[in-house]
Amino acid sequence: MIEANSQEHTVFAPWNEADKEPFVRIENVTKKFGNFVAIDNISLNIFEREFYALLGPSGCGKTTLLRMLAGFEIPTSGRIIIDGEDMSKVPPHKRPVNMMFQSYALFPHMTVEQNIAFGLKQDHLPKAEIADQVERMINLVKLNAFAKRKPEQLSGGQRQRVALARSLAKNPKMLLLDEPLGALDKKLREETQFELMNIQEKLGITFVIVTHDQEEAMTVSSRIAVMDSGTVAQVAPPAEIYEFPNSRKVADFIGDVNIFEGRVADVQADSAQILINASDVPVRTGRSVEAALGETVWVAVRPEKMIVSLNPPKNMTENVLKGEVWDIGYLGKLSVYHVRLQDKRMVTVAMTNRYRETEHTITWEDSVYVSWAPNASVVLMS
Amino acid sequence: MGAERLCRVDELSGVAMTSPDPMKKKHKGLPLVSGGLVSMICECPPYRWAASRCYRWGLQGRSLTVMVPYLWLVLLFLAPFLIVVKISFSEIRIAIPPYAPLFEMIDGLYVQLNLHMANYQRLFHDDLYMHAYLSSLRIAVVSTVLTLLVGYPIAYGMARAPKSWRLPLLMLVILPFWTSFLIRVYAWIGILKTEGFLNMFLLWTGVIDEPLVILHTNIAVYIGIVYSYLPFMILPLYSSLEKMDHSLLEAAADLGCPPHKAFWKVTFPLSRPGIIAGCFLVFIPAVGEFVIPDLLGGSSTLMIGKTLWSEFFNNRDWPLASAAAVILLLLLVVPIVWFQRFQSNRSQLGE
Repeated sequence: MIEANSQEHTVFAPWNEADKEPFVRIENVTKKFGNFVAIDNISLNIFEREFYALLGPSGCGKTTLLRMLAGFEIPTSGRIIIDGEDMSKVPPHKRPVNMMFQSYALFPHMTVEQNIAFGLKQDHLPKAEIADQVERMINLVKLNAFAKRKPEQLSGGQRQRVALARSLAKNPKMLLLDEPLGALDKKLREETQFELMNIQEKLGITFVIVTHDQEEAMTVSSRIAVMDSGTVAQVAPPAEIYEFPNSRKVADFIGDVNIFEGRVADVQADSAQILINASDVPVRTGRSVEAALGETVWVAVRPEKMIVSLNPPKNMTENVLKGEVWDIGYLGKLSVYHVRLQDKRMVTVAMTNRYRETEHTITWEDSVYVSWAPNASVVLMS
Repeated sequence: MGAERLCRVDELSGVAMTSPDPMKKKHKGLPLVSGGLVSMICECPPYRWAASRCYRWGLQGRSLTVMVPYLWLVLLFLAPFLIVVKISFSEIRIAIPPYAPLFEMIDGLYVQLNLHMANYQRLFHDDLYMHAYLSSLRIAVVSTVLTLLVGYPIAYGMARAPKSWRLPLLMLVILPFWTSFLIRVYAWIGILKTEGFLNMFLLWTGVIDEPLVILHTNIAVYIGIVYSYLPFMILPLYSSLEKMDHSLLEAAADLGCPPHKAFWKVTFPLSRPGIIAGCFLVFIPAVGEFVIPDLLGGSSTLMIGKTLWSEFFNNRDWPLASAAAVILLLLLVVPIVWFQRFQSNRSQLGE
């Protein structure tokens, strides 16, 4: 035990290393379709061995960005550099990246083996070498029994594996995944997420995944770029995105959140006080804010970091709201309370059900107090 | 349960049913949607009579549906064909109809079957017919290949055109059908003849000094067939190319396949069903074609369709013409059946 503790645990965070050269540099890239601006002056760095997620609602430009990395779309302006090489003039079939398509795009007239071998044959490798690599890939995705089948004879999950094997067969420097799990059912999706992570770790390839599913992005990725209408709202590791969103948009898109508008009343070295419009009781934050007194800011608090109680919390003069229980959603492991404040605004609180239902004391129309710790509140400037 | 048993008893006894209750049960055997009009039709006596008859003979919705095309083929293909076969085995006679009957009563006691093989013998011994068959096949094969070569790029271009263009383009392909086939073939005479539009244009541009002789040669026949049957090639090709997923080509490019190679490795194999359908649609009528060789071809153009026509109408030799038609059909059907078997074996092997 002691030995295990003494071993230094290095965290994978190349983006924090100042001298690290990014594997992919997206520099001031803009993409227009006619008058429509799909990508608006985006700059991003993706590092080697990262599992990088482009997350956003549909139409935010994430797939366009991915297709530009693959070479199917050409930036209107700006440039993309992959592994030190400017990709502006490089057609898709000469790029060192492979893509896994949302529709899988398996060749229907070829067997599983032939599909996987397709890319290798383009490189004119010796036959034995191709056969070896195909077998390795089939083993990797556990499709040994299906090697001679055509895509139409496979289930959705199996097709997804063939698509993955085919895109990995050429040992690309980077794999692009366009909503790879979108067509799978929930359980299979969750299993496959972990499998993707294992494969990525095993092969040491940089993965860039496009998804609209925030849970998927949180589970698999080392960093998430949250995109919104052609721009990047925030780039950070999953926990940071969740705990410290930089804007109301990001906070709202990732998970549930209660947002209160207010004005800065007091700024200390390690905390700040905000007067919120929803209540007379001020809000205290666990961090200082870089804002002038009186400036309009927003306080975000995650539902699971709040507590609902029948009695006023002891010794608390801040971070307490009074309201009435409007709705209760019982989800088994947790209950979600919708509490209506005096000004008719709703606050969502999620609490784990640590006691049996019978001992539940909070019910509809109860007058309750909603409270939270100062470090649970995040101040958003926009 | 009770009603079911009642029904079964009635079936066994074979009594025509008039009581409304078992009748209603009976309708369950037919795929009927209950609704205002449908139930009105179902309740009318002729329908009920027909339905009960069909049901008693073991005919239900499914077998009835399958029967319709079979009935069509038997009435409009098999029966006429058998009549032609019958005529092909009889002797020519100057009468109405111009052939001897197959069965003859002799002395009112015997029925004599007269199988006259001379027509087939003549077909195989007279070089004219064999040459006509071979020349028809050759002309049909060449023009099918030419039609494919011309039609594929057109179909490909149409399938890759912006969505809003596709329907107008499709209309343009079908548009020539709105004019009579004969008139269109006649128009080619005006274009191809020695002082026709083509020669006038080429002379005017200075490409040639003397007019080309195209009309009344096999080249004119090829032009006529390719022109006339082009839509039959384009439509199936277009439909197979149009439903192809464009992301397949992106996937091919992504895996390192340049566009021209991706065409041969992905697009072409996937359009195979369209190629096969188009080639059959052009090849089969082209073999038996007689209007185009008659109008555009010369004296040296030998095609079985034309030969058939002259045997039927100029010589009034129905038996010989029928025999020629039967051989032509066998020439076409045998390879097609063989090909289809080969295809289905292949697809079974793939599984």
